[in-house]
Amino acid sequence: MNAVEIVRFAVRGLAANKMRSALTTLGILIGVAAVILLVAVGEGSSQSIQRNIQQLGANTLTVSSSTGGGGGGGGGFRMAQPQEDTGPRTQAKPLTVDDARALADKAAAPHVASVSPVVSANSQAASYEGASHSIQQVVGTYPSYFEASNKPVAKGAYFFNDDVLAARKVIVIGQTVAENLFGALDPVGKQITVTGVPFTVVGVLKEAGSTGGFQDADDLAIAPLPSVQQSLTGFGPLNQILVKAGSADDVAAAQAEITSVLDQRHGVGGTVAADYQILNQATLQETVSAATSTFTVLLAAVAAISLLVGGIGITNIMLVTVTERTREIGIRKAIGAPRGAILGQFLVEATLLSLIGGLLGVAIAVAGAQFTIAGITPVVVPSSVVLALGVSVAIGLFFGSYPANRAAKLRPIEALRFE
Amino acid sequence: MSLVLDVRDATKVYGAGETAVHALRGVSLQVEPGDYVAIMGASGSGKSTLMNIIGCLDVPSAGEFHLDGVDVGALDDRRQAVVRNRKIGFVFQSFNLIPRMSAVMNVELPLAYGGVRPAERRRRALAALDLVGLADRVNHQPNELSGGQQQRVAIARALVNSPTLLLADEPTGALDSTSTLDVLGIFDRLSAAGRTIVVITHEADVAEHAKRVVRLRDGRIIEDTRLAPVDGLPPRLKEVTA
Ligand SMILES: Nc1ncnc2c1ncn2[C@@H]1O[C@H](COP(=O)(O)OP(=O)(O)OP(=O)(O)O)[C@@H](O)[C@H]1O
Ligand SMILES: [Mg+2]
Repeated sequence: MNAVEIVRFAVRGLAANKMRSALTTLGILIGVAAVILLVAVGEGSSQSIQRNIQQLGANTLTVSSSTGGGGGGGGGFRMAQPQEDTGPRTQAKPLTVDDARALADKAAAPHVASVSPVVSANSQAASYEGASHSIQQVVGTYPSYFEASNKPVAKGAYFFNDDVLAARKVIVIGQTVAENLFGALDPVGKQITVTGVPFTVVGVLKEAGSTGGFQDADDLAIAPLPSVQQSLTGFGPLNQILVKAGSADDVAAAQAEITSVLDQRHGVGGTVAADYQILNQATLQETVSAATSTFTVLLAAVAAISLLVGGIGITNIMLVTVTERTREIGIRKAIGAPRGAILGQFLVEATLLSLIGGLLGVAIAVAGAQFTIAGITPVVVPSSVVLALGVSVAIGLFFGSYPANRAAKLRPIEALRFE
Repeated sequence: MSLVLDVRDATKVYGAGETAVHALRGVSLQVEPGDYVAIMGASGSGKSTLMNIIGCLDVPSAGEFHLDGVDVGALDDRRQAVVRNRKIGFVFQSFNLIPRMSAVMNVELPLAYGGVRPAERRRRALAALDLVGLADRVNHQPNELSGGQQQRVAIARALVNSPTLLLADEPTGALDSTSTLDVLGIFDRLSAAGRTIVVITHEADVAEHAKRVVRLRDGRIIEDTRLAPVDGLPPRLKEVTA
C-alpha cells in the first residue's frame, strides 16, 4: 500500500460525492481569495497613500500655524477670524514672511536649504477666451517651492525671484488646468484671468497623476507670492512655510533649528505653548504607514475568519463522510486495511479539498486583483499568498485529522455494525 | 500436526452489570488444517460472536485464541491488520462489498492493502473471479449484480489472498436455493483442494456439506460431530460436481 494508492483511494472517495466536494472546496476558496484580496487592497491603499506623501517632496518640513488662522480665504478678501485661546497664551502670532526670512538665515539655521512661504486660495475661477475652469488651489510662493514640493515643469519654465520682487502676474499651471482651459493648445505665453485678474502662463507642471486620493494633484496653479496676495488672498498671514533640509540626514537638525528660531520669534517657552506646528514628512509617513498597516491587519483578520469558517466546513464534511462510510471502513479493515491506510485516505481527502480550494482561491484572488476595487488598485502581497495557501492546507490536515483518526481507530466489528 | 485454529475457553460478555449479555460462556474449539467445520445453533446462541473473534474483527472478554500458532490477542494493531489480510478470508451474510467499485476492484482490495503490485493484483483477482464463475461480470458494480453473484464476488475477495482460514457467517442466508448450491459447490471444491473452512449456518442441508458439525447453545458447545475424515473429501462433493 503506497502513497500513490492512498491518493487514488482518496480521489475516488471525493469523486463519489462531487457536489459535496465542490461546495466544501468553495468554502475554502472564498476564505483564501478573501485573505489575499483584502490584504492586496490594504497594501494597495497603503502604497497609494505613501506615494501621495512622497509627492509632497523629499526632505521637507511643513510649518503651519496651529491656531485656526492659517486657512486659505476665498476670493480676494480675508475674513477676520476669531482667535481661539489654547493654553495660557494671550495672542497667537500668525506665520509671516518675516518668519520665513528668519528661517532662511544661514547662521541661525545652517541645515535649512531653502524656505518657501506659501499662501493659497481655493476654488478660483479661471478663464481663457471662451473656456473656464475652477482651479482647486492657487498657490502663491517663491521659486524654491517647485523643488521643495517636488513639482517639476513639463513645458515652459518656472518663475524667478525677479518675478517675485516685481510681483509680476505670471503663473505656472497644472495639467488639469491646462487641459480644461487650453485643450490641445500650448498654454505657454497665453494670458488667463484668475478671478478677473490677468496672469501670463509661463509653464505647465509635469503630470502628478491621480494617486487614488480625493484631490486631483494636477488641479492647481502656482504664482509669485506677492502677486497672489495682491490679487487673491490679501496680505494676511501665510498658510504655511515649506522648508527643505539639505539632505535626509539634516531633516531632524533642521526641525530643531526651525523650532528654536520660531520659539524665539513667537515668544514660545515656559508656560506658553507653541502656536505653530511642524509637519515632518518622514514622521508623517511613519504615522500613516502604522495606520494603514492596522487597517490591513483588520482586513486580514476578517478574511482569516472566513478561512476558519471554511475549515469548519471541511471538518463537518469529513465527519459526515466518515459517519456515512463507517461500514465501508469496517469492510476495509476486515479485509486487512492497516490503520495508516484508512487514516491516510481520509487525511488526503481533506487535504485535497483544502488544497484545491486554496489554489483556486489564489487564482481568483490574483485575477480579481487586476481590477480596481473601491478606487484602489490592489497589490498582491506574495507572503499573503503563501500564508493563505499554507493555512488552508494546514486547516485540511488539522480539521481532517479528527474525523480521520476517529475512523481509523474503530474496531472492525464496531464499524461493520454501525447503522 | 499444528492446528490452524485453537480457541481456548473464550468468553464474551456484552455490556455490564444487570444488562450484561453472556454471548460466549467458555468455548474451546480446535480446527486442523483441511477441515471443513459447520457451526450450528439457535438464533442468539453466540455463533456470530465466536466467528467475529476468530476473524479478528472482535476481541474475546477472556480466553485465548491462536491462529496458525500465533496468539492473535497479543499482536498490536498493525500486525492484526496483517493477520486479517493474509490469514483470514471472511464472507459475510450481507456480502459487504464496497459500493461504487467494480467486482474486480473489490476483489483486488485485499491485495492492494497487502502491497501486491497492480498487474499481479489484477491477474490474481481475475483468477479468483474465474474460480467462482464470474469471469464475465468483472466490471460490474455491486448494485448491478444479483445477490448470489455478489456473494460469489465476496468469496472471491476472501480467497484472493490464499488465506489459511476461510470464514463464512451464514453465506447462504440471503440466497435462493440455486445460488446456495453455487456457493456450497464452491466451498466443497475449495475443501477438496485442501482449504480450511469454517461456516456458520442455520440450515441442516448446508451443514451436511461439512466434514464436521459443531452445535452451540447459550454460548457453549453442546455437540461436536464428525461427518467425514479431515484429510478426506467433503461428503457431498460428488452431488455438487455432478
Ligand atoms: N454488540 C452487541 N451488544 C450486545 N449484545 C450483543 C451484541 N452482539 C450480540 N449480542 C448478543 O449476544 C448474543 C449472541 O449473539 P450472536 O450474534 O453471536 O448470535 P447468533 O448465534 O449469531 O444468532 P443469529 O443466528 O441470529 O445470527 C445475543 O443474545 C445477542 O443479543
Ligand atoms: Mg449471527
